Amino acid sequence: MAKVLMKGNEAIAEAAITAGCRHYFGYPITPQNEIPEYMARRMPQVNGTFVQAESEIAAINMVYGAAGAGARVMTSSSSPGISLKQEGLSYIAGAEIPCVVVNMVRGGPGLGSIQPAQSDYYQATRGGGHGDYRMIVLTPASVQEAVEMTVQAFDLADKYRMTVMLLGDGMIGQIMEPVDLDAVKTLMAPAVEKPWATTGMKNHPGRNVVNSLYIQPDVLEKVNERLEAKYREVEREVAAHEEMMMEDAQIVLAAFGTTARICKSAVRMARAKGIKAGLIRPKTVWPFPYAAFEKAAEQAQSILCVEMNMGQMIDDVRIAAAGRCPVSFYGRSGGMVPTPEEIVAAIEKAVK
Amino acid sequence: MAVVFEKPKALANVPLHYCPGCTHGIAHRLVAQALDALDCADNTIGVAPVGCAVFAYDYFNCDMQEAAHGRAPAVATGIKRVCPESVVFTYQGDGDLAAIGLAEITSAAMRGENITVIFINNAIYGMTGGQMAPTTLVGQKATTAPYGRQLVGQGSPIRVSEMIATLDGATYVERVSLHDAANVNRAKRAVEKAFRRQIEKKGFSMVEILSTCPTNWGLSPVEALNYIIKEQMLPVYPLGVLKEE
Amino acid sequence: MAICRIDTSACKGCGLCVNACPKGILALDDHNLNAKGYPPARLTQAELCIGCAVCATMCPDCAITVER
Repeated sequence: MAKVLMKGNEAIAEAAITAGCRHYFGYPITPQNEIPEYMARRMPQVNGTFVQAESEIAAINMVYGAAGAGARVMTSSSSPGISLKQEGLSYIAGAEIPCVVVNMVRGGPGLGSIQPAQSDYYQATRGGGHGDYRMIVLTPASVQEAVEMTVQAFDLADKYRMTVMLLGDGMIGQIMEPVDLDAVKTLMAPAVEKPWATTGMKNHPGRNVVNSLYIQPDVLEKVNERLEAKYREVEREVAAHEEMMMEDAQIVLAAFGTTARICKSAVRMARAKGIKAGLIRPKTVWPFPYAAFEKAAEQAQSILCVEMNMGQMIDDVRIAAAGRCPVSFYGRSGGMVPTPEEIVAAIEKAVK
Repeated sequence: MAVVFEKPKALANVPLHYCPGCTHGIAHRLVAQALDALDCADNTIGVAPVGCAVFAYDYFNCDMQEAAHGRAPAVATGIKRVCPESVVFTYQGDGDLAAIGLAEITSAAMRGENITVIFINNAIYGMTGGQMAPTTLVGQKATTAPYGRQLVGQGSPIRVSEMIATLDGATYVERVSLHDAANVNRAKRAVEKAFRRQIEKKGFSMVEILSTCPTNWGLSPVEALNYIIKEQMLPVYPLGVLKEE
Repeated sequence: MAICRIDTSACKGCGLCVNACPKGILALDDHNLNAKGYPPARLTQAELCIGCAVCATMCPDCAITVER
């Protein structure tokens, strides 16, 4: 099939259907409304269900129930709505239910703005809900990558029985770009059996219970240790990044998603000025590609972290650099998007 | 000789953790009897609440999911949309359903989700130690209403069944009580009817069951039945079918 | 002729069956506490049992089986 021009949000919705998602539960919030609207149109055509929930809290709990019954399930929202979903995300982590959650981040805190931002990085990577848990967090930088990551998200969720979050921003959701949806079909992993799902006892031996309550502390500790071992495995197997002009880079930019795209222009502009700039773009921010930044910190004079927030991913970059080179920051927030020129100026300041 | 009464098969063979005389045990049995009568336990998925019945997932011989506080109707919605031919029920207390989960129960009823809701109203938060519920009677003492629930500032009890019955999506709503054997038998018929109607795809059904909390009411189990339910709850929460379509 | 069997290990001594029995032939046994420490219900005059199962209907712990 030829490429089609699609809005990021709609492309993600269609990619979810391609991945076998037939159950979507959502609630309106800008800038991701095209996802529930698209699902409302498409799901009846593929014998799926779309439910507009009474709140983001209800939507994520519908995800809990439906995914607990073994289906491929997705919900989507934007920052304030994702805050409301944190309760459900914690329960889903505790009950080890696979699901996909899209966050098209907007400016915060509070109601904030409706323009693109990356200020939910801490919430996504440190866990906005309670308890020791993690989510896999994928950060697409284009609409094509967003559809590929959507398909990958369902496979990872099923494989590890955990939430996979697609962390975009208002830009990724709203931008229109050519996408090849057929190409993503080749990325799909074989379906995973779900013998634990609550589908009724006639469909499996014994009784299945989906639960996150362990009233005995020693039992819960064992559960947490088992979860932690799983998370370590995910760190080894899933962390991914892209490098650009890193062979001889002396100033290394660190950026993800939309910001990384802008940084690519900035790197080229800096190179034209004779500055040996490079870029490391995490494609997963949990697990974070620490190794790539450890190597960069050995090689480069400094690292410049560029984000659409007041400085959040910089914590992970600093953990990786571990004092081996200076790490500076340039960011815009509140829905403001940095320009390549601003970033070049920040590069020049960092190399001075 | 024939067995006229024995433990239903759908009730797991484990001791219930409830306090002596707590009528949760009777309500559990009524659900299990309904699953037995309709021979559907192996095609049923139950949703347990947060509250005293939090361990309900251990007590029914069917698949179960444990929901977050108040969210059982949303969880049940998700399950039912994936398994439309399965029987899906929630078992919720008054703190769970009538306070924190009011949005979820109302919206599930509004959508006409073809699920069965068993709503235990004992006018108090049991598990957390006897705090005031939205269903607590005016004047009734609770640990967070030490002078009794005050009309001014704390309001009067919410009648969830009456409210839910106003919604077109709810097709069967009945309030029953467990204060004596005749009423338990009426409750048994109501619970079974609610499940049967779900199997017949008649839509959202809810049975509110007036229940006791002897421990937090500070009464003996027998006094709890007679004093609170019979004398004080029945005038506020009249029994009967509120809706049947 | 009716048989009312009480699983004394499951009984919590709440007394709801004692209160409900129309023949008044159930009592709590304060002298033989069960393993949980509760005084289990017992039949005082088994031969008077009519097998109405009102006791079992009111038992929250499914501790009573009735045959008739």
